[in-house]
Amino acid sequence: MKTKDSSVPNENLLQAAEYVEKPESQLKVMWETLRQNKAAVVGLIIIAFLVLIALTVWLSELMGKQILPYDPNYSDMGKAFIHPNSTHWFGTDQLGRDIFSRILDGTKISLFVGVAAVAISLTVGVILGAIAGYRGGKTDTVIMRVMDMMLAIPSILLAIAFMAALGKGLDKAIIAIGLVSIPEYARIVRGSILSVKENDFVQAAKVIGNKSSRIIYKHILPNVISVIVVRATLGISSAVLDTAALGFLGLGVQPPFAEWGDMLGRARGFIFTAPYTLIFPGIAITITVLAFNLLGDGLRDAIDPKSRIK
Amino acid sequence: MNEVLMDIQNLSKHFIIDTNFFGKPVTALKAVDGVSFTINKTEAFGLVGESGCGKTTLGKILVNLYRPTNGKILFEGKDLTVLNEEKRRSYCKDIQMIFQDPYASLNPRMTIGDIIAEPIVINNLLPKNQVEERVIYLLNCVGLARHQRNRYPHEFSGGQRQRVGIARALAVEPKLIVCDEPVSALDVSIQAQVLNLLSDLKEEFGLTYLFIAHGLNVVKHISDRVGVMYLGKLVEIAPKKELYANPMHPYTQALLSAIPVINPANKKERIILQGDVPSPINPPAGCRFCSRCFKELDECKHNEPVFKEVSPGHFVACHLYK
Amino acid sequence: MLLEVKNLSTEFKLKRGIVKAVDNISFTIDKGEILAIVGESGSGKSVTSLSIMGLLQKPGRIANGEILFKSQDLNKMSKKELKKIRGNNISMIFQEPMTSLNPVWRIKDQIMESIMTHMQISKKEALARTIEMLDTVGIPSAAQRANDFPHQMSGGMRQRVMTAMALACEPELLIADEPTTALDVTIQAQILELLYRMREKFNMAVLLITHDLGVVSEAADRVIVMYCGKIVEEADVRSLFERPLHPYTVGLLQSIPQIDDDSDERLYMIKGMVPNPLNMPSGCAFSDRCDHSMERCTKEIPELKEMSGRKVRCFLYESESITCGGIGATSASVGAMEGGLAIK
Repeated sequence: MKTKDSSVPNENLLQAAEYVEKPESQLKVMWETLRQNKAAVVGLIIIAFLVLIALTVWLSELMGKQILPYDPNYSDMGKAFIHPNSTHWFGTDQLGRDIFSRILDGTKISLFVGVAAVAISLTVGVILGAIAGYRGGKTDTVIMRVMDMMLAIPSILLAIAFMAALGKGLDKAIIAIGLVSIPEYARIVRGSILSVKENDFVQAAKVIGNKSSRIIYKHILPNVISVIVVRATLGISSAVLDTAALGFLGLGVQPPFAEWGDMLGRARGFIFTAPYTLIFPGIAITITVLAFNLLGDGLRDAIDPKSRIK
Repeated sequence: MNEVLMDIQNLSKHFIIDTNFFGKPVTALKAVDGVSFTINKTEAFGLVGESGCGKTTLGKILVNLYRPTNGKILFEGKDLTVLNEEKRRSYCKDIQMIFQDPYASLNPRMTIGDIIAEPIVINNLLPKNQVEERVIYLLNCVGLARHQRNRYPHEFSGGQRQRVGIARALAVEPKLIVCDEPVSALDVSIQAQVLNLLSDLKEEFGLTYLFIAHGLNVVKHISDRVGVMYLGKLVEIAPKKELYANPMHPYTQALLSAIPVINPANKKERIILQGDVPSPINPPAGCRFCSRCFKELDECKHNEPVFKEVSPGHFVACHLYK
Repeated sequence: MLLEVKNLSTEFKLKRGIVKAVDNISFTIDKGEILAIVGESGSGKSVTSLSIMGLLQKPGRIANGEILFKSQDLNKMSKKELKKIRGNNISMIFQEPMTSLNPVWRIKDQIMESIMTHMQISKKEALARTIEMLDTVGIPSAAQRANDFPHQMSGGMRQRVMTAMALACEPELLIADEPTTALDVTIQAQILELLYRMREKFNMAVLLITHDLGVVSEAADRVIVMYCGKIVEEADVRSLFERPLHPYTVGLLQSIPQIDDDSDERLYMIKGMVPNPLNMPSGCAFSDRCDHSMERCTKEIPELKEMSGRKVRCFLYESESITCGGIGATSASVGAMEGGLAIK
């Protein structure tokens, strides 16, 4: 196989080489780097585990089978406040529901809310940021000033305000959390686009006759996608946290469905008498948020070519 | 032979630096300020000047990266400046550009093959099944191998990337190619390879070049006629041999003299210009070169010299030549 | 002898292997001499200058060799000692004058700081010296411009400021790494002239790192040509340009467009490209691009051989008899070379 290129290529040799040499994809390089980051791998394993739990619970629910040790929503006042033991690993809550089952059940909701909320803010944020960054001028000013106004209000307050307008409920919570973090994505995308836009290859794309929409979609976004992926990963963790916060305030999931923040909120009166009712949902939230943060940080290092050289 | 391909008349580009409260421009950077010249079919027109003289801006106006503030661009007799964006885009096919920095001008996320195929695909020049064949043909034209089309730009050296940039420009069979300092970012031994490639392609495809460079030495080899720019204005245009043998404008003389001589035994008398290029936001009144000129006359400070033909084909803007 | 570099090797340890950026090079610089190191990207010329200054960054390291500055080995010095020498006895100017100056400091403060860390003088004296130096390097109304911030100055001005800063402590050796590359031709000429004048005035030695043979011919006394980390030719500037010996030097000189060459022929070009440092040809590193390559060249690495006051690393000059003839192209190229120039 010929390894070196010269300006006068030997056609036969090169054709043989065609089947041997395959381009090394960017994703593969990213994966290789990520694999060496132990913390990120731990984060990834935890996330995979959480996703597995959520899917299992969800599928079994669809098929009408009970694979959790107890029905998470079945209350039996006679069994309230049982300390953690061999039959109820994490104990039972004030209504006698099995906390272990409720936490497993809650995984489903937390992950779903995280992903769905990020999907909303990502889509809207990327579109707004891309238009603002690429167009510039007045369009940019108008979009970004609105974003600034949203950023000026603490996100949880804004989410509560949206909830007040939309009403209670899981779907409303997802929309509220999604709307609240739009400005973050818009800003990040706009910033990256501004720096990529100045590159000659974007100008070259214009010279060969590309339309603006295609330039954004085909030439600019692929070059900022890695930044977006990192931000989205970290975004899931903050969405999980926001869901918990809304749940804690009683604005998210409505009873009797299990949601970690809601569990925390309802148990807060028993912090001294039955601390386990708070501790286990708290741990679940922490682990999930931590896992997404570890993965997000690892991804950020993996896409940064400077840290890749190491 | 002397059929005009592009006639540039009084072309200007002012970048607005500052506006007042009502959005009216207060200060403007006159990057290109009233430039007129013609480019003939199948010739290579060299455009030389130091950084900030407006040569790159001029090139970018021609390929529609900037809209001119003023002036006309007659391409095969049609004025491009009055067309709307969509109609203007249809001329992209005819006027292409090769960029200076081969590292920045290729999209790092696309394979070489996709980069070269893109202009063909978006302009619908060929049916889909013939695109690949054409890409391979173009790769061969610029001295790259067919299997390299599946690779990404970062796997290539600067010289090879510049070849890819050339292939991309050739893909739409343009009539005019604006070469914006295509070799200045390359190693010396690679520069010669790319310059030779450009001359060969010009012969083979009957191309017309606007060849932009900051030194008179590079354009000498490839150009038929050379124009010299200073602070947004053309100061001299002449056929190549005439310009190098008989430079008239003091700035052209200084540029020629500033080129280091590769023979220490034969050191020539240097004209070393004093000072820096003035800011294009606030250029000197009168002749723009007068603040650095070593042959300055009294009237240079007040009257702007007219750009006129002094001998056949030799234009110059200087009060020394009446 | 001011600086003597003996058998210097610098390596970069990468994941995919070790790159010998500088491979066993030796040279000397005398007081008041301008020595130029020329080479293309990847030749190791900049790594050489960084090694001398002790500014190598990981994963680079000096694997072997001595760097004797007035008979003291810089490589064995502590960081503190080295810092004292750097700036006091050896100064450096870089290619990019924009990034080498701190954007939030006034020009005068930057120069004064460097003067006061190396010389025991009062603030007032330091300021006077700063303005004097700015004046020396040709900055008009120096006392006023000293209050400017770097962004208020043009590229040429900034390079002058860098030079003033480097010269403020009257160094015995100035290392100039591509000092003119980022500048326009007319400004380039100004800076070269300045270097030349400063050398005369302070009798300092200059190590000029460049890829531009035009700059070399204008400014240098002696030239080292590097290719792939090795010295391939060393000669005084006149003999090098009049009769280049190594095929690489010959090729470089010929591939430059000539200003007074009126023929429309193709430019001479060196074929191929610089080999991948992780995958060097087994013999002479230039063998696969060389027009005079022999079988032997692909198997053995030639020695750097001394002959009549100059050195060359090529099998063509193994026996003294061939030297008289040199390469066929050499004599032909001399004519073409007159009045040549370098591009970039």
